[in-house]
Amino acid sequence: MSAEGHDHAIDHEHEHHKQTFITKYIFSTDHKMIAKQYLITGILMGVIGVAISLLFRMQLAWPEESFRIFNIILGDKFAPNGVMANDIYLALVTIHGTIMVFFVLTAGLSGTFSNLLIPLQIGARDMASGFMNMISYWLFFISAVIMLSSLFVEAGPASSGWTIYPPLSALPQAIPGSGSGMTLWLVSMAIFIASSLMGSLNYIVTVINLRTKGMSMTRLPLTIWTFFVTAIIGVVSFPVLLSAALLLIFDRSFGTSFFLSDIYIAGEVLHYQGGSPVLFEHLFWFLGHPEVYIVILPAMGIVSEVLATSSRKPIFGYRAMIISTLAIAFLSTIVWGHHMFVSGMNPFLGSVFTFTTLLIAIPSAVKAFNWITTLWRGNLQFNPAMLFSIGFVSTFISGGLTGIILGDSTLDINVHDTYFVVAHFHLVMGISALYGLFAGVYHWFPRMYGRMMNKNMGYVHFWVTAICSYGVFFPMHFIGLAGLPRRYYTNTNFPLFDDLQNVNVLITMFALVGGAFQLIFLYNFFASIFYGKRSVQNPWKSNTLEWTAPVEHIHGNWPGALPEVYRWPYDYSNPHHDVDFVPQNVPMKPGEEALHH
Amino acid sequence: MTSLLVIIVLVLLAVALWQLTKIFDLTQVGANPDKSEVATDVDNNIQGYLNFGFLAFIYIFFIYGLFKWGPLVLHTPASEHGLEVDRLMNITWVLIFIVQAITQALLHYFAFKYRGTKDTKALFFADNNKLEAIWSGIPAVVLAGLILYGLYAWTNIMFVDEDEDTIVIEIYAQQFNWKARYSGEDNVLGKANVRLIEGVNSLGVDMADPYSQDDIVVTELHIPKGKKIHFKMRSQDVLHSAYFPYFRAQMNCVPGMVTEFAFTPVLTTDEYRELPYMIKKVANINDLRAKKSLLLVAKGETALDPYTFDYLLLCNKICGASHYNMQMKVIVDTPEDYKKWVSEQALLVSQVKEAKAAPAGVEGGVKLDSTKTNDTTAVVKMAMK
Repeated sequence: MSAEGHDHAIDHEHEHHKQTFITKYIFSTDHKMIAKQYLITGILMGVIGVAISLLFRMQLAWPEESFRIFNIILGDKFAPNGVMANDIYLALVTIHGTIMVFFVLTAGLSGTFSNLLIPLQIGARDMASGFMNMISYWLFFISAVIMLSSLFVEAGPASSGWTIYPPLSALPQAIPGSGSGMTLWLVSMAIFIASSLMGSLNYIVTVINLRTKGMSMTRLPLTIWTFFVTAIIGVVSFPVLLSAALLLIFDRSFGTSFFLSDIYIAGEVLHYQGGSPVLFEHLFWFLGHPEVYIVILPAMGIVSEVLATSSRKPIFGYRAMIISTLAIAFLSTIVWGHHMFVSGMNPFLGSVFTFTTLLIAIPSAVKAFNWITTLWRGNLQFNPAMLFSIGFVSTFISGGLTGIILGDSTLDINVHDTYFVVAHFHLVMGISALYGLFAGVYHWFPRMYGRMMNKNMGYVHFWVTAICSYGVFFPMHFIGLAGLPRRYYTNTNFPLFDDLQNVNVLITMFALVGGAFQLIFLYNFFASIFYGKRSVQNPWKSNTLEWTAPVEHIHGNWPGALPEVYRWPYDYSNPHHDVDFVPQNVPMKPGEEALHH
Repeated sequence: MTSLLVIIVLVLLAVALWQLTKIFDLTQVGANPDKSEVATDVDNNIQGYLNFGFLAFIYIFFIYGLFKWGPLVLHTPASEHGLEVDRLMNITWVLIFIVQAITQALLHYFAFKYRGTKDTKALFFADNNKLEAIWSGIPAVVLAGLILYGLYAWTNIMFVDEDEDTIVIEIYAQQFNWKARYSGEDNVLGKANVRLIEGVNSLGVDMADPYSQDDIVVTELHIPKGKKIHFKMRSQDVLHSAYFPYFRAQMNCVPGMVTEFAFTPVLTTDEYRELPYMIKKVANINDLRAKKSLLLVAKGETALDPYTFDYLLLCNKICGASHYNMQMKVIVDTPEDYKKWVSEQALLVSQVKEAKAAPAGVEGGVKLDSTKTNDTTAVVKMAMK
C-alpha cells in the first residue's frame, strides 16, 4: 500500500512540471484547486446575493423614496427616476433566494469544503474521479452564468419567489418574469442539479472507498461525516427537483397539464385541465426541505471540528453527534409537508408532518447541548473561526427554537408566509450556514493558500456581523407576528401596518451596516491570498490529517506514503500525553487505550 | 439623498476600521511572523470578555424588543378557535424563552469563563451517556406534549363537520382582488367553473344550476358574529392565500380545486375597535400618519386619511406584481345587521339578466369580456376534443 502510494506521488510530481496555466488553474482535476474555484465563485455569487438583498431592504424601509442607486443598477425600465418598480422587487427577492440557497450555501459551502477536506482528512490522494469533479465545477459555473444572465433579459428575471410555484411561474401572462427569465432559471437549475449530483456521488464514493489505512468510519472527523450524509441527502432529493423542473418545462413549453388546471387569465380561459399546483409543491419541497439540511449539515460539521480544535477538547459525544446527524438526515426527508399546512392538502397529512417535524427538534437539541458542553472546561482559543462557530450555535438555537412554532400546524396557520418565517429561516439556516462558511474559511484558509488571514479584521468582521444579524432578524419576528405578509413590495396600502414602518427602517439600517462590513472580509480574504503571512504547517494545532500534508499544494497531497491513522480525531488534552493535541497519525503509546466510546 | 449619505458614511466607517486593523497589525511587529495570526492569551482575554458583553447585548436587546415591539404583535383573536391557537402559542413561547435564556447564557458564559491561557489544559471529557439521555429525553417529553396539544387543536380547527350548522361562503381570488359568493337561502353554492366566466358572471357560476339561483356576489365580506362560517376558496389564475390575521385563519386558494377553512367570529368589527389595545394601536397609527401628512402637505401633496380599524383579508401567497395590494374588507356584523345587509344585496341571477338585457357596448368592461368569450368557447371546445 505505502509503496504504491509512493510511486503514485512521484508520478504526480513529474506531471506537476508539465502543467500549463489552463490545466492548473482552469480545467484542473485537483480537488484543492476545485475547492478554491468553488469558494471564489461562491463568494462572488454571495456578493451579488447580499447586494440584491440590500436593494430590496432599502425599498422596504423607504418605499416611496427615490434612490439614484436603484436607477443606476436597475435601469430606467425597472427603476424610473430611482423608484423601484413592483415587478422588479419580486424578481430581486426571487434571485436573492435562489442565489443564496443554491449557489452560495449549497455549492459555495458544500462544494468548497467537501472538495477540500474529504481527500485531505481521510488521507486520499484526490477524489475518486477527478475528471467528474472538474465537470461538476464547470457545470456549476455554467449554471451560475445562466442564472446571472437571466438578470438581463428584457422582461426581467424569474419573479415568482425562489419556490417558483406554478401557475405563477408557468404563465408569462401572470407575471412578466415567467417568460424567458423563468426559462433561464429552470435551465440553470437543471444544470445545477446535474453538477450537484456529480459532486455528491464523488463525495460518497470517495468517503466509502478511499479512506487511508486505519481510518475507520468511527475515526472520521465530524466534517467528513456531515459532508458524507449531506451528499446522500442530495442524491436522494435533488433528482426530485429535477423532475419537478422538467415537468414545469413541459407545462410551460409543450402544453401539458401536470401542475395547471382551470385557469382564466388576461381575459381568456387556458386549455389546462386536471393538473394540480399542490403536486408541484410536494415535489418542490421533497427537495426543498432536505435542501435546508444540505445547507446546514456541512456547517454543523465545520463548527463541530472548529469548536473541538479551538476548545482544545474532544467534541462532546462524538457518537451522539454521528447518530443525530443520521437522524436529522432521515427525518429531513419526511417533513417536507410542513411547508404546506395551508396549501389545501388533506389536514390529516398536516398532522403527520407536524409529528415528524417536531421530532427533528430532538437530534437538533442533542447537537446544541453537545456543542455547549464541548466549551465547558475547555481552553478556548478565540481565533476568528472559533467566534463564528460560537456565533453559529447562538443563531442556530435562536432560529431553531421558533421552528417549534412553525412546525406546529396549528400555530403555522397564522404565521405561515409572514415575516416570522423569514426571520426564522434566515437565522437558522441563512445566517447560521454563513457563519459555518466563514468559520470554515478562516480555519482552512492556511490549508488552502498557505497563508494566514488577518485575525483583527476577522474579529471586527465577526462582532459587527453578529450584532447586525440579530439586529436584522430579531425585530423581524415581531413584524411577522403582527401579521405582515412576506413578499410585499410596500406596506403603504395597509394603514394597519403603518406602525411597523419604524421597525423596517431599523432592520434595513442593520442590514446596510452588516452588508458594508462584509467588505472587510472580502478585503481580508483576497489580500491575504497574496500578502497574508506565511502559515506554518499546523497553525491551529489540529489533529486531523490535512495538517500533516505540506503547506505547498502538491498533486497527490502527501509526498511519499499516505499517512496511517491510529486514533480518533479528537484526542485534544488527552491526559496520557503532555501536549494538548495528538494528531491522528500518531501511533498509540504502549498501554494507551482510547478514552472515548 | 439622506440615505445615500448614510451609505457613504458606512463605507467611510468601514475604511476607518480597516485602517484601525492596520494599526493593530503594526503593533504586532516583532512577534513571531509565522504564528502572529493565531489567537494569543491577550486575544483570548479580550474576546472572552466580548462574548460576555455579547450575552448582555442579546439579553438587553431581547428585553428591549419585547417592550418596544411586543405591542405591535397581533392581540386578542376575533375567532373562537383563535383563543385555542393563542393559548398554544403562549405555552410554546414560554418554553422557547426559557430554553433560549438558559442556552444562550451557558454558551456565552462558558466562552467567557473558559477563555484560554497558555498554561491551562482543557478537561478531557469525551462523552457521558447519562447527559445525552437527559437532553434527548427532556426535549422528547416536552415536544410530545406540544405535539399532542397541537394535533388536538389542529383536528378541531381543520375538520369541518358537514352536518354542522354553518353559513357557506365562497372566497374567490383573482389577480389582484377578492370576491365573495354567498350561497343564499339554500346554503349551497351553485356549481362553477372558470370556463363559464362571461361578463358580470365573473366567477364562472353555472346559472343553469338550481343552487346558483340565490347566490350573491360581493366585494366586501360581511359575516355574522357567533355563527360558524364555512369558507370554500377558489382561485381563477394563480395561487393566492386567503389570510385573515385577526381570525387566526389562512388557506391557500388553488386553481383547479376548492379548499376550505371554517371559523366562528366572536367579536364584531365595532367591538374589536373598542378593545383597549386596539384603541391605543389606532391612536399610535394615526399619530404616525399625522406626522407623515405634515410632510406630504409641505410637499404640496394631499394629506393621509385618518385610519379606523377594519378586519382585512390579505393575499399571503406571492401572486404577481400587485400582490402587495390584494385585500378585501371584512366586516363582522351582529346577526341582525347581517340579515339586513344580505337582504339588500342583489342576486347574481338578476345581475346577469340585467346585463343581457342592456344593449352591448354600454359598459366597456362587459363588451371587452364578451368579445373574449368567443375565444373562450373556442378554447373550451379544443380542450374537450
